Amino acid sequence: MREFPTREVNTDLLIIGGGMAATGAGVEAAYWAKKHGQKVVLVDKAAFDRSGAVAMGLSAINQYVGDNSPIDYLSYVQQDLMGLCRQDLVMDIARHVNSSVHMFEGFGLPIWKDSEGNYVHEGRWQLMINGESYKLILAEAAKNAMATLGENGEIIERVFVTHLLLDEKDKDRIAGAVGMSVREPYEFYIFKCKAALVAAGGAVHVFRPRSTGEGLGRAWYPPWQSGSSSALMQMAGAEMTSQEVIFIPTRFKDGYGPVGAWFLLFKSTATSAAGFNYMAEGFKEGGELHNWLPYGAVKPIPTCLRNHLMMQEMYVKGDGPILMHTDKAIEKIASEAPDEKTKKKKLKELEAEAWEDFLDMTISQAMLWASKNIYPEQGPSEIAPSEPYFIGSHSGASGAWCSGPEDLQTDESKNDYFWGYNRMSTIKGLFAAGDGVGDSSHKFTSGSFTEGRIAAKAAIKYCVENPDMPKVDDRKINELKEKTYAPLKVYEDHKGYSVIDDHVGYTYSEEINPNYIDPKMMMFRIQKIMDEYAGGWGSQYKCSSTTLNIALDYLKFCKEDLDKVAARDIHELMRYWENVHRLNVAEAHVRHKLFREETRWPGYYYRSDFPKIDEKNWGGVFANSKYDPEKDEWEMIRRPNIRYVKIEKVVGM
Amino acid sequence: MPSFVITDKCDGCKGQDRTACLYICPNDLMALDTKKMKAYNREPAMCWECYNCVKICPQQAIDVRGYADFMPLGASVVPLRGTEDIMWTVKFRDGNVKRFKFPIRTTPEGSAPPDGGYGYGPGTLDDNLLATEPASLKANELWTLGK
Ligand SMILES: Cc1cc2nc3c(=O)[nH]c(=O)nc-3n(C[C@H](O)[C@H](O)[C@H](O)COP(=O)(O)OP(=O)(O)OC[C@H]3O[C@@H](n4cnc5c(N)ncnc54)[C@H](O)[C@@H]3O)c2cc1C
Ligand code: SF4
Ligand code: SF4
Repeated sequence: MREFPTREVNTDLLIIGGGMAATGAGVEAAYWAKKHGQKVVLVDKAAFDRSGAVAMGLSAINQYVGDNSPIDYLSYVQQDLMGLCRQDLVMDIARHVNSSVHMFEGFGLPIWKDSEGNYVHEGRWQLMINGESYKLILAEAAKNAMATLGENGEIIERVFVTHLLLDEKDKDRIAGAVGMSVREPYEFYIFKCKAALVAAGGAVHVFRPRSTGEGLGRAWYPPWQSGSSSALMQMAGAEMTSQEVIFIPTRFKDGYGPVGAWFLLFKSTATSAAGFNYMAEGFKEGGELHNWLPYGAVKPIPTCLRNHLMMQEMYVKGDGPILMHTDKAIEKIASEAPDEKTKKKKLKELEAEAWEDFLDMTISQAMLWASKNIYPEQGPSEIAPSEPYFIGSHSGASGAWCSGPEDLQTDESKNDYFWGYNRMSTIKGLFAAGDGVGDSSHKFTSGSFTEGRIAAKAAIKYCVENPDMPKVDDRKINELKEKTYAPLKVYEDHKGYSVIDDHVGYTYSEEINPNYIDPKMMMFRIQKIMDEYAGGWGSQYKCSSTTLNIALDYLKFCKEDLDKVAARDIHELMRYWENVHRLNVAEAHVRHKLFREETRWPGYYYRSDFPKIDEKNWGGVFANSKYDPEKDEWEMIRRPNIRYVKIEKVVGM
Repeated sequence: MPSFVITDKCDGCKGQDRTACLYICPNDLMALDTKKMKAYNREPAMCWECYNCVKICPQQAIDVRGYADFMPLGASVVPLRGTEDIMWTVKFRDGNVKRFKFPIRTTPEGSAPPDGGYGYGPGTLDDNLLATEPASLKANELWTLGK
């Protein structure tokens, strides 16, 4: 097997990931690092210009607090997550987020304005943008910021980080990370640092997606996100939280095109096939939402409950498909125009807005409508709930258990929520942001960027106050290097078994070899287990302790078979490591689901053996977990959900 | 086969300082056949149809054919991205065509100022002010509990 050169990179702060949170971290870290003589390195598995969830672009900034108070935003988030969020983290982002949005405008992002120069809102917290280049513009600001550091700032692209490194003596202290480059000369990277900030996004393809043929890659969440934030931190022993809280977006069926503009901007309604307005009816006295009090009785209806109402129609009544009445919404807007000319103009604007929503962020949906001759003004379109995703920055909550800011604590919360540095995990010097931080949902792009800034400033403070460099065991590094490339060796050792040119083996097919499987099959195995036993769409999002325990047994086989996965080249080797990360996320998820004995987020998942919300036993609890990498053991932990800020009213979308 | 290379048009980015589509694909899908100097999508079923390769190709040699497992044939969506805006041509299966043009940025390429134009504030490592605050907040001070 070929030898891979090693490159060692020494830095004070290492930023892992290059998405929304990492761009914010880059912008902020550069300023404080320059002031305090620190070095910053950012490493991304892809091209910084177009990486992460926003690679394609977006059409809205989903968090802008404007003149509202951070407590208003908290009230909305807490309600949406059925009572479970860290109040300190949510308010912390909300108090800074306006400043990030104003900076975006300064970078050059076109944010829609009305004739008086005010931002155009999609909903209460959402702003409309022309966001084709959203990611590129933010990355550019971060590159320009890092450039001010000269030799003390470096951006490394196309390196997939596989593991974090801990200090040789203090196993609760970060020391660096290792990864593999997917570009010639395919170097093995060793990063040594004082502090690391993990912002490597969420996960898709842990559960089986709805489309499994050529459209396998077309999930709502981009296929290149494999749960590295969670996996890296969990595998290193950091305490993780709410790994059971996945997100299931309801989107236009198959293309996964956004529905936000249709619901919020165009005021469209959705019904079952027979025309049942499930949201309005569910809300009425005696309606389904009243089974989910106190969260069911308040507007806006939480995301999971909106899904739940729809799933009742689809799976309980069998009255699918669910239809978005785009035609009626357009007709209504048109009928409100005072004359023919205004009507024509309005319709033209509406059409451009509707199509831009797709073309900015889900081009496939535009293709799908065009391919089926769907014109929104002519009839309704199907919407459907997706497969589960891990995206703690959106309407999920999975991520690391992190310290909050000191000034947003009370005597009651301080012991549990604050340990010295903002956004530091339970491992010293290991920080997180965006999808990497749990229990602070609804931060989206702007809030993730903001959290990246918050964490980066705190991480530089940590570097300044902890100036001695941690030490890494060389033996450990050599072991990891060998492990990193092992699947290539599996292939080399066994490829002769199947022979293409000269039939001396037992099979003509490279894939079908009794000595190995390819990384994609490992992914399909994980997906099938999760879909059928852990509450995927194939089991109508239902699971029980029986099925979850089966899932654990089967995932164990996957773990055992990891050393039988073969990679034919470096690209496939990256796929292997992505799936190792997915497997870790899958196991954590199943253990968390098993631990929380209630159904708190119907519409995200159902525990059939505990079909109700159990406010008394679980309303005040976050489900946390800690993995011991040395013993391969999991510990489940309860942490208090302290609601110390009184919320007078719930503030809507 | 979501994104695909029109081989007649692809020149392998010979004259460029980098192979544009290989550089940009967030999922590491585009590969170069160095003998023929043509690029190809090596794993079409892992394509998100994000169009980043399409937008960046200097030869306009990449197109997208909708996912065969759920899209009828015959439609196309084609972008033309300039420095300030993007033009989209959406062709329906029934032959209808719609065109849209949207702005993409308001500042010259490469110029995004890291402070967003707000300058740097009085914060220190010991307080909660981020680098550009409070100016970028457009408020006098940062919110905290009890306010
Ligand atoms: C389809 C879709 C639509 C959305 N719409 C909106 C919207 O309209 N408005 C809004 O505000 N928000 C929206 N969001 C949410 C928003 O995109 C996320 O909240 C945000 O991107 C999270 O930021 P992040 O930095 O945590 O992750 P990401 O932005 O996803 O970045 C993750 C980064 O980590 C890198 N990475 C991953 N693994 C590794 C590894 N092992 N090693 C090195 N690097 C790695 C990736 O390349 C990427 O750079 C949407 C999300 C999706 C998926
Ligand atoms: S960017 Fe275009 S011209 Fe360049 S290698 Fe790719 S397909 Fe060929
Ligand atoms: S469309 Fe996107 S995911 Fe598909 S090959 Fe092009 S850049 Fe990659």
